[in-house]
Amino acid sequence: MVNITAFLLVGAVLFGIGVIGVMVSRNIIVLLMAVELMLNAANLVIIAFSRVQNLMDGHAFVFLVLTVAAAEAAVGLAMVITIYHNRRTINIDRYNLLKW
Amino acid sequence: MSDNLYLIPLLPLAGFLINGLFLRYMPRRFVSLIACGTVGLSFLVSLFLFLELKGLPAEFRVIRQVLFSWIPSGDFQADMGLLLDPLSAVMILVVTGVGFLIHVYSVGYMAHDHGYGRYFAYLNLFTFSMLVLVLADNFLFMFVGWEGVGLCSYLLIGFWFEKKSAADAGKKAFIVNRIGDFGFLIGMFIIFWQLGSLDFMIVAERAPEVFLAGGTVVTTVCILLFVGAVGKSAQIPLYVWLPDAMEGPTPVSALIHAATMVTAGVYMIARSNALYILAPEALLVVAIVGAATALYAATIGLVQNDIKRVLAYSTVSQLGYMFMACGVAAFTAGVFHLMTHAFFKALLFLGAGSVIHAMSNQQDMRFMGGLKKYLPLTYLTFFIATLAISGIPLMSGFFSKDEILWKIFSSEYGHTAFWVIGVVTAALTAFYMFRLLYLTFYGHERMDEKTKSHLHESPRVMTVPLMILAVLSIIGGWIGLPHIFGVTNFFEEWLAPVMAAGGTHHKLASPMLAASAESGSIELLLMLGTLAVVGVAIFAAYRVYRLKPELADSLASKMSGAYRLLLNKYYVDEIYGVLVVRPIVYLSVFFWKIMDVLFIDGLINGLAKLYEGVSESLRIYQTGRIRSYATAFALGVALLIAYVVLA
Repeated sequence: MVNITAFLLVGAVLFGIGVIGVMVSRNIIVLLMAVELMLNAANLVIIAFSRVQNLMDGHAFVFLVLTVAAAEAAVGLAMVITIYHNRRTINIDRYNLLKW
Repeated sequence: MSDNLYLIPLLPLAGFLINGLFLRYMPRRFVSLIACGTVGLSFLVSLFLFLELKGLPAEFRVIRQVLFSWIPSGDFQADMGLLLDPLSAVMILVVTGVGFLIHVYSVGYMAHDHGYGRYFAYLNLFTFSMLVLVLADNFLFMFVGWEGVGLCSYLLIGFWFEKKSAADAGKKAFIVNRIGDFGFLIGMFIIFWQLGSLDFMIVAERAPEVFLAGGTVVTTVCILLFVGAVGKSAQIPLYVWLPDAMEGPTPVSALIHAATMVTAGVYMIARSNALYILAPEALLVVAIVGAATALYAATIGLVQNDIKRVLAYSTVSQLGYMFMACGVAAFTAGVFHLMTHAFFKALLFLGAGSVIHAMSNQQDMRFMGGLKKYLPLTYLTFFIATLAISGIPLMSGFFSKDEILWKIFSSEYGHTAFWVIGVVTAALTAFYMFRLLYLTFYGHERMDEKTKSHLHESPRVMTVPLMILAVLSIIGGWIGLPHIFGVTNFFEEWLAPVMAAGGTHHKLASPMLAASAESGSIELLLMLGTLAVVGVAIFAAYRVYRLKPELADSLASKMSGAYRLLLNKYYVDEIYGVLVVRPIVYLSVFFWKIMDVLFIDGLINGLAKLYEGVSESLRIYQTGRIRSYATAFALGVALLIAYVVLA
C-alpha cells in the first residue's frame, strides 16, 4: 500500500502547475489544458482518499467529474474556435473587451 | 327660496370659472356680461333672501344650509355650511350690491386695458371669496374665504405686474396679511381646543359656560383673533400694506380696499361678539388700537398729495373708527359704520377713479384743480360723499359716526379719552376731505395743456354707479337713526338677535348718564359739539385751500419738521425696513448662502463626489484580462486557505 501522502503530493503539484498555467499562459488552448490539469489533480486526490477509506463513492464521483470535464472541454473548444474566427487570434490578453 | 342660499356665492364662482377659463375666446362684451350678470343675480338672490329673513319673527331669523361635511375627523367636525342671519344679510347686501356697482363701473374704467378678461375673472373670484367669508357658519370655512380674499387682493394689487411697484405692493400686502392670519389661526386652534367646535352658534352658546369672564384663555383668544383682524383691516401696526395697495386699478381699491375686504376684520369681531364680551381686556386692546389708528392715519392723510393715498389713509382711519366701536362693545355701531362707509368710500374711490381717468392717469393733486366744470357729475357725487364722510347732518356718515361717538362716550367700556380722539379724528377727516375736494375740483387748473385738452366726463357706465352710490351715501344712514330723534333704530333692532350675547342692551357707564340718556340731552349736546368742531375744520380747509392757496405752502414751510414727518408717513416704512425687513433679508441670505448652498448642497454634492472618487480609483482594476482576474482569484483563495490553516 502506497502512502497516501505521495498521492496528495502529486495532486498538489499537478494543481499548482494548473494554477500557474492559467496565470501565465497567453495561449487560450494552453489555458484550457491547465484547467483540465487542475480538474484531474482534484480527481486524483478524490480517488486516493476513496481508496484509503475503502469507499466506492469517490470513484463514482470521479466519473461524474470526467464526464462534466469532457462536456466542458467540448463547449470550451467550440467557444475558442468561434472567438478565433472573429478575432483571428488565440492570445487571451487580446480578449479584453469587458473592461472600463 | 331659502334653499337657494348656496346660489349667492356660487354665481360669482361660476362667473369666475367661465371668464377665467375662456377669457381668450370671448369678446369683451360677453366677459363683462358674465361678470356683472353673475354678481347682479347674486345681489337679487341676496335681496330676496333678505326679504324672506325680514318676514320671519326676530328670534327665528336664521337660515342655515349645510352643503356637505367638509372635514369629519374624530371629534373635529367642519362643514361647508352657510349661515344667513341678520349680520350676514347686511354683509351680503353690501358685498353684492356695492360689488355689482363696481363691476359695472369697471366695464367703463378698464375698457382699454389689455387684461380685461383676467381683471373680471379676479373680481368675480374676489366676490365669491368675500361671500364665503361672510356666509360661512364656522370659523374654518370663514378662514377659506378670508384667505381667498387675501389671494384676490394680492392678484388685483399686482394686476399691472409689469410695473415693479405694483408687484412689490402685492407681495407686501400678502406677506403682511400672513402675519395677521397666523394670529387668527392660533386663535381658532384655541377655540377648538377649549370649546370643541368652530361653529359660530355652538361657540357662542358654549363660550359663557366654558370660559371664565375676563379669564386669560378667552382674552388670549380674542387678542389672537384681533391680530387677524389687524392684518386684514389694516390697523396699527400692520396697516402699511393698504396705502401701497393703491397700485391696483382704482375700482379694485374701491371694492377690496375700501368697501368690503378690509372690513372683514370688523365683521369677524362682530361675529365673535359672544367671545369678546367675555374679555374686557381684549376689548380695551381693540379700542386702543382702533383709536390710535384712527387718529394716526388721519394725520398722515392731511398732507398726502396722491388722491388715492389720501383716501387710503382715510380708509385706515375709518376702520380704526369701526374698531373703536367694537372695542366699547358697540358692535352694532361698528357694523353700521362699516355699511355706510362702504357706500361713501366706494363712491369716493370711484369718483377719484373718474378723475384719474379724465386726467390721463395723473394721480397727484398738485397737478389737478378746477375740474368742477369739466366733470360735473363726478364733482357732484364726490361732493356728496365728502359731506357723508365728514359727518354733515342727514348724510349717512353723520348717523353712523355719531352713534359710534355716543357709544364710546356712554358705554361702560368706553372712556372720554377715546371720545376726544374720535372727535379730533372726525375733524381731521373733514379737513383732509375738503382739502382733497378743493385741490381737485376748485382753484387754478394746474395740469399741462395736453391733459387739459383730454379732460372729459366719464361715460354713462361709470357715472350711473356713482349716482346710485351717491343716493345710498345720503339715505344709507337713515335705517339707523338715533333714539333722540324719537324713532326706533331699525338697524340696531335688526342686528339684535346676532348681538344677543354681546349685550344688545347698551350698558351705560354710570347711573347719572342713564338718567340723561333717557332724555337724550347729553347725546344731543355731544352731537352739536362734534358738529361744531367739524364745522371749524371744514372752514379751516376752506380758508387754507380755497381762499388763500398760498397759505398751505407757508404753513408747510413754517412747520416743515412736522410736515415732512407726516409727508413721509412717520417714516414707518423705513423703520419697518430696518427693524423687520432687513434682518429677515439678512437671515434669508444666511440660510440661502450658508445653510443651503454651502451646507446642505455641499453635503449632498460632497457625498456624490466621494463615491465618484472612490470609483475612479477602483476602476483601474477592471482590466478585462482574464489572467489578471485569475491571478487575483488564486491569490485570494491562497490567502483564505492560509488564514484558515494558520489561524
